[in-house]
Amino acid sequence: MILKPQVKRSSNGFMMGLIEIKNLSKIYESGEEKVGALVDVDLRIDRGEFISVMGPSGSGKSTLLTILGGLNHPTTGEVVVDDIPIYKLPLERLADFRREYLGFIFQSFQLIPYLTVIENVMLPLSITERSNREQIKMAEEILERTGLKKKEKRLPDQLSGGEQERVAIARALVNAPPILLADEPTGNLDTKTGKEIMELFKSLNSEGQTIIMVTHNPENAGYSSRKVHLRDGKIANGL
Amino acid sequence: MKLKDISINNLRRRKGKVFFLILGLTIGITTVISLVSISRLMNEDISNKLDEFGANILIIPRSDDLSLSYGGMNIGGVTMDAYALKDSDIAKIRQIEVQENISAISPKFIGTVEIEGKKVPLMGVHFQEETRLKKWWKVHGEIPKNNEEVLLGNELAVKLFKSTNDPLTINGKKVRISGVLGETGSQDDFLIFADLGFVQEALNKPRAVSLIEVSAYCNTCPIEEIVNQISKKLPHAKVTAIKQTLQTKMEALDHFKKFSIGISIIVLVIGALIVFTNMMASVNERKKEIGIFRAIGFRKSHIVRIIFLEALIVGLIAGVTGYLLGLGISHFIGPMFLGMKSVKWVIDPALAIGAIFLSALTGILSSIYPAIHASKMDPTEALRAL
Repeated sequence: MILKPQVKRSSNGFMMGLIEIKNLSKIYESGEEKVGALVDVDLRIDRGEFISVMGPSGSGKSTLLTILGGLNHPTTGEVVVDDIPIYKLPLERLADFRREYLGFIFQSFQLIPYLTVIENVMLPLSITERSNREQIKMAEEILERTGLKKKEKRLPDQLSGGEQERVAIARALVNAPPILLADEPTGNLDTKTGKEIMELFKSLNSEGQTIIMVTHNPENAGYSSRKVHLRDGKIANGL
Repeated sequence: MKLKDISINNLRRRKGKVFFLILGLTIGITTVISLVSISRLMNEDISNKLDEFGANILIIPRSDDLSLSYGGMNIGGVTMDAYALKDSDIAKIRQIEVQENISAISPKFIGTVEIEGKKVPLMGVHFQEETRLKKWWKVHGEIPKNNEEVLLGNELAVKLFKSTNDPLTINGKKVRISGVLGETGSQDDFLIFADLGFVQEALNKPRAVSLIEVSAYCNTCPIEEIVNQISKKLPHAKVTAIKQTLQTKMEALDHFKKFSIGISIIVLVIGALIVFTNMMASVNERKKEIGIFRAIGFRKSHIVRIIFLEALIVGLIAGVTGYLLGLGISHFIGPMFLGMKSVKWVIDPALAIGAIFLSALTGILSSIYPAIHASKMDPTEALRAL
């Protein structure tokens, strides 16, 4: 079985459940002490939503994002994406799930320093059966969209912070994943560039892209369609 | 883009470290190739020297009533029947297919003569061939150069009270003793050596040969093969290999082989350790990068493949450079070791392919643990910032 996202984008505004989190808890144990990073979280995210996850540090934002990202097994509870209980998948299948369903935008861009802009963007495609020509076409299309087509042969360290962020966004989107996960996407950018990036997110969302964004910044959260506040591992609002 | 592009680009980026990684493995392969080549040269050189040292094939007439005993000195009763060997047989031996393996052919004719009232054995030889065969001969005086000179065995010289330059009469023919053999501890001490033609004439048996000793190089061709081929050429003769000398030679060569295998293993293990530590360091350095790969959806097997591809590329490069360096070193250092003047360039494709294969194998085997370690890294730990 190959994990393939079903195409049912909600461009018409009709909401369909995409992600369902039930009774989710994550307990970290350090010696005798047990810390509940997330406690009994229930959350439903529909297709086409733009969610911002907010809360003070230590509130469980990052844990929630890594669990949604299929990188962190929960202690209890279930995460169901597109009817797939992802943590019941074998580990290698979970990797396939990430490839097909998720686009990650990391806090500090996390580009591969020895690969050019276009190679960085093609990274998620390199483990698919797609031909080189097809990969280049897909990567160029998305670079056009993020405004970096002209710099595709450069290495990451020859780019500004904003440009690197755009490469990271292009890499997250090249595979057309149903879900975009972003962790403080403007954290390392100046205000002006940060706004540009948020405008890009907004326009992507208006085309039906589901986005889940962790942020401290209330201004950024203003771009989202729903805010989820976390406090001490619990959802304080938003359901 | 495919996984190999990621491996190649990564190797390109870390040129300095990759250089040392390749160097480490190259040194290993170079040493193995030099050792193999030098020990091959040694084998060849030593076995040739050993082969030249005494005869390893004995040819005698296929005769029923032959009671000739060279070692035990009973040389009477050699019958000159139809099976007897002749001068012309020597040329036939030279015609065998593996003639290049023959180092020396020394025909002998043995008879007894009376000298000053004493019966003494006389042996006709070709001195040039005989001295090639008997490298241990030490002569006080000179080796006979013509028909009028003879060589005396040590014991016989004492028995006859003769020494170098004394005259001697053999069956009425006057000759001069050109030299006396140093003690050999063999039957040679009791013989008079003279030119084969002279002896045949003196004993009135023209062209007759009692036995032929052959020294053959048998490291490229088994001795049995040489024996067979000579037997075919000389159906009237009995050709036998002197196995005892063979056995000793084989043992000597075996020691060299064991020695070089031992050293090769040690050096390869060191090379593998260099690759291992280097790969391990590289994997730990790339923790974050591997985390990104995993988050993007790379399977564990993809990570393993990236690392193995890098090890394979490094191994192949080290294999080629190691082989070429090893070839060069053995070419220039080998002869120095062995006291040879020069050796010809020998490019052995099997050795070249072996070197490259061994290098790639070492690279991959020593990357197994680092690759598994990399694939097991926790992506969330690698992406702390997330």
